Amino acid sequence: MAECHPVGYQWVMEARQRGAKVFHIDPRFSRTSATVDRYLQIRAGSDLVLTGALINYVLSNELDFREYVLAYTNAATIVSEDFRDTEDLDGLFSGYDPETGRYDTASWAYEGDTGQTDEMSEGDQRHAEAAGSDSYGARGAGSTATPPQDPTLSHPRCVYQILRRHFARYTPERVAELCGIAPEQFAELAEAITANSGRERTTAWVYSVGWTQHSVGVQYIRSAAILQLLLGNMGRPGGGIMALRGHASIQGSTDIPTLFNLLPGYISMPHAHRHDGLDDYLKREGGDTGWWGNRRAYMVSLLKAWWGDSATEDNDFRFDYLPRLTGDHGHYATVMGQIDGTVKGYFVVGENPAVGSANGKAQRLGLANLDWLVVRDLMVIETASFWKDAPELETGELSTEEIGTEVFFMPAASHVEKDGTFTNTQRLLQWREKAVDPPDDCRSDLWFYYHLGKRIRQRLGAGQVDPTDRPLMELTWDYPEEGEHRDPSAAAVLREIGGVDAEGRPLGSLRELKPDGSTSCGCWIYCGVYADDVNQAARRKPRGEQGPVAPEWGWAWPANRRILYNRASADPEGRPWSERKKYVYWDAEAGRWTGPDVPDFEEDKPPSYRPPEGAKAQDAIAGTDPFIMQSDGKGWLYVPSGLADGPLPAHYEPHESPIRNTMYGRQSNPARRTVDRPENPYNPALSPRFPYVFTTSRVTEHHTAGAMSRTLPYLAELQPAAFCEVSPELAEQVGLENGGWATVVTSRTAIELRVLVTNRVRSLRLGDTTVHQIVMPYHWGYGGGGLVTGDVVNDLSPVVLDPNVYIQESKAGTCDVLPGRRPRGAALRALIERYRDG
Amino acid sequence: MDETPTRRMGFFTDTSVCIGCKACEVACKEWNDVPDDGFVFRATSYDNTGALGADTWRHVAFIEQDGRWLMSSDVCKHCTNAACLDVCPTGALFRTEFDTVVVQSDICNGCGYCVPACPYGVIDRRERDGRAWKCTMCYDRLRGGLEPACAKACPTTSIQFGPLDELRERAQERVERLHAEGRTDARLYGESPDDGVGGTGAFFLLLDEPETYGLPPDPVVTTRDLGEMWRWAGVAAFGLAGAVAACFLRRS
Amino acid sequence: MRGRKGTVAGGWLSRWPVIRQLQGEDGRREAARSARTDALRPRVEEADSVARSVCPYCAVGCGQLVYVKDGKVTQIEGDPDSPISRGRLCPKGSASKQLVTHTGRQTHVLYRRPYGTEWERLDLETAMDMIADRVVRTRRETWEQTHEGKEVRRTLGIASLGGATLDNEENYLMKKLYTALGAIQVENQARI
Repeated sequence: MAECHPVGYQWVMEARQRGAKVFHIDPRFSRTSATVDRYLQIRAGSDLVLTGALINYVLSNELDFREYVLAYTNAATIVSEDFRDTEDLDGLFSGYDPETGRYDTASWAYEGDTGQTDEMSEGDQRHAEAAGSDSYGARGAGSTATPPQDPTLSHPRCVYQILRRHFARYTPERVAELCGIAPEQFAELAEAITANSGRERTTAWVYSVGWTQHSVGVQYIRSAAILQLLLGNMGRPGGGIMALRGHASIQGSTDIPTLFNLLPGYISMPHAHRHDGLDDYLKREGGDTGWWGNRRAYMVSLLKAWWGDSATEDNDFRFDYLPRLTGDHGHYATVMGQIDGTVKGYFVVGENPAVGSANGKAQRLGLANLDWLVVRDLMVIETASFWKDAPELETGELSTEEIGTEVFFMPAASHVEKDGTFTNTQRLLQWREKAVDPPDDCRSDLWFYYHLGKRIRQRLGAGQVDPTDRPLMELTWDYPEEGEHRDPSAAAVLREIGGVDAEGRPLGSLRELKPDGSTSCGCWIYCGVYADDVNQAARRKPRGEQGPVAPEWGWAWPANRRILYNRASADPEGRPWSERKKYVYWDAEAGRWTGPDVPDFEEDKPPSYRPPEGAKAQDAIAGTDPFIMQSDGKGWLYVPSGLADGPLPAHYEPHESPIRNTMYGRQSNPARRTVDRPENPYNPALSPRFPYVFTTSRVTEHHTAGAMSRTLPYLAELQPAAFCEVSPELAEQVGLENGGWATVVTSRTAIELRVLVTNRVRSLRLGDTTVHQIVMPYHWGYGGGGLVTGDVVNDLSPVVLDPNVYIQESKAGTCDVLPGRRPRGAALRALIERYRDG
Repeated sequence: MDETPTRRMGFFTDTSVCIGCKACEVACKEWNDVPDDGFVFRATSYDNTGALGADTWRHVAFIEQDGRWLMSSDVCKHCTNAACLDVCPTGALFRTEFDTVVVQSDICNGCGYCVPACPYGVIDRRERDGRAWKCTMCYDRLRGGLEPACAKACPTTSIQFGPLDELRERAQERVERLHAEGRTDARLYGESPDDGVGGTGAFFLLLDEPETYGLPPDPVVTTRDLGEMWRWAGVAAFGLAGAVAACFLRRS
Repeated sequence: MRGRKGTVAGGWLSRWPVIRQLQGEDGRREAARSARTDALRPRVEEADSVARSVCPYCAVGCGQLVYVKDGKVTQIEGDPDSPISRGRLCPKGSASKQLVTHTGRQTHVLYRRPYGTEWERLDLETAMDMIADRVVRTRRETWEQTHEGKEVRRTLGIASLGGATLDNEENYLMKKLYTALGAIQVENQARI
């Protein structure tokens, strides 16, 4: 956090000075490690052994916050008798199909929930390919508002007992053996987090999104969620799980997704084999209890925002205008489509996959096989210039004269040359005022897409409109234009996103959204961002003039709520758990929820509320159920549906690991997605040719793939070379010199890096084996207008994906390390071939 | 000139909360338009700018010890008895109304006397223009009531700016608190008016010996008889008057 | 430099530090001050406007104040009012002015024709028309009305990557346009 989010880290430093104890767990000793109370070095890819052991510590010592756990989680819920755990099947959950490598999740359901599961299971395999956990898990598919429960937690099939059995093998000894963390270090951590949780205190978990870049990435975060729920740290001040995201609006680009499987507000893109009409889609998209029960209103309002008057009840609000998914259409599938020639045209907008994505060579081979490519950026990044400077030109795998890709480089406006909102990592929308006009041909992406859309519509609207073009011709695309460049008004776009009623007046909150087409809203979770016809994201009441929650600075989704699920900050009766941790609570006299934040509950729903039979949506959520997006209102310790690789986290080794998985008879995540193609060869697991573990990282001085940092003198001079960090032991073993060069080899390629020999990296003793880890920041590239250049670290990484969200495993792999610089040209290819052939 | 006497202003750099982010180095350069210092991988922990110099006015040192990684942002000390100022023959160096020591780039003739005079090796001539450069404590910002760019940017308030007497009190409390927490290595550097430079306007809380951070343990001002020095310097500078005058005319 | 002319008119020689020092003023204080020094003020005071902005690097969302003089950005620094950042910035945030003003930034459209060996310049309007033509053509050529017997109404011929550094409004128009086009391979850094 100190390394990549230094200004956010001021709050951690301040908390420390006020007595907070901070632990840092990371394969790499970073600036964060240097400034905390305890640093625990962990082997990259072994995190679940540690979090599992913490869960086991809580459960076996009964240190859970029992009142919270009983009332607010699904600990008491009873699971289907068909369910089999990894304990029963040596590392597999029930439902695994070895042929496809996929799970049928039916047996993971709650007892009595088979009806919904059957409904889900049609097309389930295909759907699992097209959708991640966020697209249907959380909305309660396969679950009802009132599954059977055992409040004594003694039923052998209740979630609590399943958890106890599942995590029993996660012991401090396993932590020592697989993570390299000594038992006394583990004990200190376990004691600290449990002592610091409960009525009076809360513990926060913070991760940076490297945690997602594993073939078990989703389950890493699940394990933190289980721990935080058991300790009662969710929905409470000072608690929670904080994802520190790395780009200014990466949260916004998930909320209003440029992601294949989602529509704005985490609504699923429809799937050809699952969904027919709108009714069918809505029925199959999950249960109808909890706030997702209103999804017809969310979806219809979106369709109205896009197709306006053309969208009517009679035509399903133009639901058929949405294109259909049939599988994984994610980033890496797209790249393989480029190599195969199915993807012809590609827009790359403020991203640099030739440097930033795993297996850079595959990325560049894809780019080289396009008909046309449009790159929009501040700099001529490697993704734009690959045809004249890609490393494959030197090795002879590509030749400029044979690359047919037509490339348009379109210079972008910077953040001060356009107005608009970023959504930060806390879901906070902040409006930026435009300071100056962009220079020369530079334009905002808003300008580009608006005017591109206009031009396309002009071309298609010239004669008789083809039926396939109607979605474009009927699209609402009439934003006010401003200034000499005729920029579309960003405020008008935000107003559309925030939603309006039938008269065009901005909506105040998402509760006003209607399923009948009388409201339109471009993103239901952002509904209200333009309440009272005021740009709420532009609010800037100084911090000194409001309390620490600062509700009048910007606007947080949903409903300007700063802590999600804050109903959990009060006990079941609605009283604060303690005076010290008072936040949102029930004011019985006024008959309302109150506190410094917007209550995550209907203001007047009393704690005593119990849903009547057959209640829908939020009416089905009891006054004691804080997790209002879930169909049962509970925090899910056990996930009955929605995940592709199991209802509980289990430790599997990375796809490329030098260590045998001693937890189970399964080496790696059985449901992980591999891309078995010649462009993407893998290092065999346990291979002596690739004995070292590598992990990639960032450093403070640079930003992601480097276009916004290695091009600036003031940042480039601070970290002017691609480098690797190695321990003195490894340096001696391999023959590396501080300040010299190292060549790092995987089955994909070999790259050269400057060497930093440091005691901060330690070789890990795991039982009788020693594992050497090598750390590589990934910010450099071969061109891109960089004042400093270097080999592309991500060229080393394989494409192997988490099965829920298709994120690549780039934070834990294996490699070999050689002293000196890498071979050039054909000799480089020969070296890699020798490694591959063994 | 409307100089109003103010309290002596200074920096207190508390290295115990430094996270080594180098925001100070960049914020300084952005405000003062300082050129880059070259692109050299030094293999010295995370330090690639090396030391304070003409093109680096804040410098973050990284010291790797067993289990500990010390970081510290160094800067011109703005000495009470500043030898650089004493030896400057042109009056380019002067003491401001904030009791800080500033080089006036429009007067500096690049003679370089100040460079060896500094007991900390801070002030430095820039190869590109020959003149001497160093931290001004953002003199222009101070004149507008703003804090220096480095102190403003510092994410963890490792760099604190304010009236020197207040900073010294705050630093004393901080050291005592660290000692009470068992961090007995904590010590102040440069805060004492009794040291060899009469105390510094920019002082530090360190967690190890000054030498560990590349700081001289016992700096001594290289000049003593100030009045005598000044008569000397004035005469010396007079000889340059013609050349400098021509320069003024050309610029205006 | 503001003030220099006036000073020169008022007699630069009498104000030249060396002269004043010889006249007996303390050569290390008032006497040493040049006219330029006397005129120094923080340049942000001269700004024509100040925009309230947000740092474009990581997702913390630090407040920035962007000072503009004569249509140019003259300074970017932290916004002290921000409850997130309290006026502070990291090295990247502190380098924001360089990010938007540095000379290496590419501000013109560049075009590489198929099999070409060099960049060429292209007029912005022409480039926009050419891109629109290519979208229309590729969409037509790769249109998929049905897939395995099911209606899909889409093209797999056009894909997009990017969004995490863009504004919400921009992502919104992108997704809206691509969806209407039938382009589904729309992705960004959030999956990487």
